[in-house]
Amino acid sequence: MNRTPKLLEVNALKKHFPLHGGLLGGTTGYVYAVDGVTFDIAKGETLSLVGESGCGKSTVGKSILRLFPITDGEVWLDGERVDNLPPRQLRPMRRRVQVVFQDPFSSLNPRQRVRDVIAEPILNFGLAHGSELDDRVAELMDKVRLPRDAMRRFPHEFSGGQRQRIGIARALAPGSDLIICDEAVSALDVSVKAQIVNLLSDLQDELGLALLFISHDLAVVEHITHRVAVMYLGKIVELADRRTLFSTPHHPYTRALLSAVPVPDPKAERHRIILHGDVPSPIHPPSGCRFHTRCPFAFDRCRVEEPQLRAAPGSSAGHVMACHLDQVPREVPQAA
Amino acid sequence: MSTSEPSVAGIVAAPDLPEVLPPRKERGRVGTVVYRHPTMAFGGLLLALVVAMAIFAPWLGTVDPTALAPARRTRPPPDLIAWLSYWFAGGRHPPAVQYWFGTDMLGRDVYSRVLYGTRVSLIVGFAVAFFSAVVGMVIGLVSGFVRWLDAVIMRIMDGMMSIPSILLAIALMALTRGSVRNVIIAITIAEVPRVSRLVRGVVLSLREQPYVEAAIASGTRTPKIIIKHILPNTLAPLTVQATFICAAAMISEAILSFIGAGTPPIIPSWGNIMAEGRALWQVKPYIVFFPAVFLSITVLAVNLLGDGLRDALDPRLAKRI
Repeated sequence: MNRTPKLLEVNALKKHFPLHGGLLGGTTGYVYAVDGVTFDIAKGETLSLVGESGCGKSTVGKSILRLFPITDGEVWLDGERVDNLPPRQLRPMRRRVQVVFQDPFSSLNPRQRVRDVIAEPILNFGLAHGSELDDRVAELMDKVRLPRDAMRRFPHEFSGGQRQRIGIARALAPGSDLIICDEAVSALDVSVKAQIVNLLSDLQDELGLALLFISHDLAVVEHITHRVAVMYLGKIVELADRRTLFSTPHHPYTRALLSAVPVPDPKAERHRIILHGDVPSPIHPPSGCRFHTRCPFAFDRCRVEEPQLRAAPGSSAGHVMACHLDQVPREVPQAA
Repeated sequence: MSTSEPSVAGIVAAPDLPEVLPPRKERGRVGTVVYRHPTMAFGGLLLALVVAMAIFAPWLGTVDPTALAPARRTRPPPDLIAWLSYWFAGGRHPPAVQYWFGTDMLGRDVYSRVLYGTRVSLIVGFAVAFFSAVVGMVIGLVSGFVRWLDAVIMRIMDGMMSIPSILLAIALMALTRGSVRNVIIAITIAEVPRVSRLVRGVVLSLREQPYVEAAIASGTRTPKIIIKHILPNTLAPLTVQATFICAAAMISEAILSFIGAGTPPIIPSWGNIMAEGRALWQVKPYIVFFPAVFLSITVLAVNLLGDGLRDALDPRLAKRI
């Protein structure tokens, strides 16, 4: 896997949103939404970005899409740096990275027919015209398994799952290499969710797509992904391939997340790590390790020194994590 | 197909069902509108009647609304007895039923004046609604998209909105001569801040919509985003707002005329008729009564239409499978 050229490289990405307040609307502080995130995605690979609400997963996705300028860091697409491109030169890059959003209801313009929704990116990049365009749209409808006669309809005539298929067709339309699925299946009910997840992985096999799968649903992630990055308060705390991460997670936060996944077996023995308290505010992130306020294994060093991503000791290659402990105890210390 | 793969905990791999689209209901368009939005249909019908009255005023048994007849001043409208004696007399035209709404203190036919007054009210209402919608739309779009101008524009609009719109219109009229055109301009200026605020708000919320972000991500340029994604979705609230402005403008026009700051007295507008009849209100109430009733009915019609439009133009509510 390491030999394939990287499609997307994200290097020390930071996005701080200024907070406005006061009488004159000056900047009173920053939300440190994403604070130094590094990862890469190879062609045809799925990387999942998991974490609690508000940990900055979606901001990473939107930063890559350049929906807003980033604060610091670099984004490379196929060996070309794209985060600082002026709008004119950015456009050709946009063709290659597309997005599927969470809410199937607000991600489609209610006043556009399905045909126009799917045709828009094709027209934007001048990829097809006239009858060729219609053929292309029909082909995309087939790809996402929607009946062709749905083209003339409006989004409100469809169910959530069908709309998400329209969204996927739109994302595929310009012949993209990378699709950012921003909680793309989170709003769907379980059976529809499974259909969409399967559709995505079928499309990946068929078209060699890379996926950045942003989700908080670990069960879905385990089903679809090649590698997983776990985020906490704007930073990646652990990154590994699927098998390693789900079988031998290292970071206490990852273990807490995994232990929260319901297991459909009442007899299964479980070591649950229950986290107390809320995620601290990204406006005033904790000093040292950002997880120390909720970590059951935290010690003095965690409060002052921020752990850097490093290879997890005794694990497979490519397994990195950010924790001071080389060995995290299995059991939570009782008397704390 | 990965559907057949063993499922993982938490995922139920349902078989791919055939995608069933709900059948479309086909019904006559007019029938559908009446059936789903009775208020809108009623308001529209009422407004159509008023518009027809304005257009066909010369053929609806009217006389010259400005013709003076000092000999027949303040004739009351015919009462039931007058009508009965008219019918039993075999349809000849005795003077008692000649003036349906009576005559005013200069002997002018109130019926003719009210009918011709419809034209003034409708022209002012529609023109103000149209121009304030267009101007407000442009200002709203600019301040929604050009962030550095937004604060400046909105403070100006706030300033204008802090003056009651009728006072602003009166002040503006005081600067110029009374004419229908100036009335339209004055009321439009007074209504624009509200529209531009509405459009700005809608634009700001639309800009955050995932479908706009998806359009940006798929390379749509800003002008096309405005035309394809923003404008069509502001049109519905704007149309609704325009109908309410139309009603408000007709009332404003009547108020301006009533206090003598609107259309010149020679033009028979409803406000002018009421202003002239005001002095005789206690003895000859009908001079004020008829234009007032017509104003109320017209405003009601426009408001009903606006209410119905608000329901009808929301595509989510319009679904109703």
